[in-house]
Amino acid sequence: MAGEFEEFCKFLKMSSGMVLSDNKRYLVESKLRPILAKHGLADLAELVREMSRRPTSMLVDEVTQVMTINETYFFRDKQPFDIMAETILPQLIRTRPPGRPIRIWSAASATGQEPYSLAIILDQSRHLIGNRAVDIVATDLSQKVIDRAREGCYSQFEVQRGLSTPMLLKYFNKVGEKWCIRPELKSAVTFRQINLLSPFAGLGPFDVVFCRNVLIYFDAATKSQVLRKIRSVMTDDGYLMLGAAESTLGLPTDFEADPQHKSLLRCAKRRSVGEVLDSVAARAPAIPAADHSITGKSGTEGAAIRRMVLAAQAKRNI
Amino acid sequence: MKLALVVDDSRVVRKFGSQMLERLGFTVAAAANGVEALQCCSDQVPDLILLDWNMPTMDGMEFLVRFRLLYAGHDTAIIFCTTENDMERMHQALEAGANEFIMKPYDEDILRDKLQYIGMFVS
Repeated sequence: MAGEFEEFCKFLKMSSGMVLSDNKRYLVESKLRPILAKHGLADLAELVREMSRRPTSMLVDEVTQVMTINETYFFRDKQPFDIMAETILPQLIRTRPPGRPIRIWSAASATGQEPYSLAIILDQSRHLIGNRAVDIVATDLSQKVIDRAREGCYSQFEVQRGLSTPMLLKYFNKVGEKWCIRPELKSAVTFRQINLLSPFAGLGPFDVVFCRNVLIYFDAATKSQVLRKIRSVMTDDGYLMLGAAESTLGLPTDFEADPQHKSLLRCAKRRSVGEVLDSVAARAPAIPAADHSITGKSGTEGAAIRRMVLAAQAKRNI
Repeated sequence: MKLALVVDDSRVVRKFGSQMLERLGFTVAAAANGVEALQCCSDQVPDLILLDWNMPTMDGMEFLVRFRLLYAGHDTAIIFCTTENDMERMHQALEAGANEFIMKPYDEDILRDKLQYIGMFVS
């Protein structure tokens, strides 16, 4: 029994980056029970066998979805959206040339509440944005979840979490028992299926990335890898919004914490090779100019070799 | 401590509404219809009213209109909490002076969110 849980964890880490500890065994079993029943599978062992046999099947998508989906609702935690409206957006408008679009990525959009909340914020900031184009790209690991987000229809219970009644009346239509995002707001968001562990082909550059409550499920190495990839599709003065319980503390990243807002990171200025060399040289054990035992050379050639040694060290730090 | 009034003809709803509001830090009074609610208000005007729509004797909409006339100088927040769930009713409620509208069933998270929107609760 222990083996199949480990196998399942390995599969999940590979497919989504999510790391499960042993105390999540009960959670796994309870979350997977409906899927086992639906597909007529007896237990976790049979599920793992089936997923290994058909790794690109809908079953794998379903399992990944049920394991990675998090509670989400409109304007979750509220503060990130206030920061977006009051700090980030005005700053972007100030620093971007008038014709340049502003691009926002909701990197784990689940059923769409986050990107649609951002679209509402942007609509309410029209006086500031003017005619400037704003693109919101929303991605998630699961195609099924993306399909639901794209549909943009929610239950009565879902729309009551986080939305004020004036917002509900302005941005939704009631269709039967569902509340559906109005077409004009829906068209502000483009949905794509993206695994944060896979290449970000055709994504970016983004001025703002919302990646909230995702990194918390990754181990340190995966977290660093994902953060580096996110940085690679961001503008040099971009903003990254993490979840309330997340931070990049202790991780080698290209982001700097915003002193005023918890969970908000700024892209760190990219350093030139010369700056990196200087910083490595400052940290590395000194190689005195006259120490021929290290370089084996003196004069100009020795200096060149010293520079090469430092550059090799620096390469690992760029 | 802020005073809240729960107005609903269902004893169960009054009880649950009161418990939620107490957990959110309110002192709570309750009334079974609009007439009882107006009597409560004449003793002490509440800071918040959770108001059902369909009640005997005096319904929520009539109470809302009368209350806003009688206590025009007060900034009491009124949240409709009702099984009514069509957009027309919601517009009607806001136009008549309700601050927010909750569709039953609801839970404490929804209530907290709505209170936050009307500036009455910050977690």
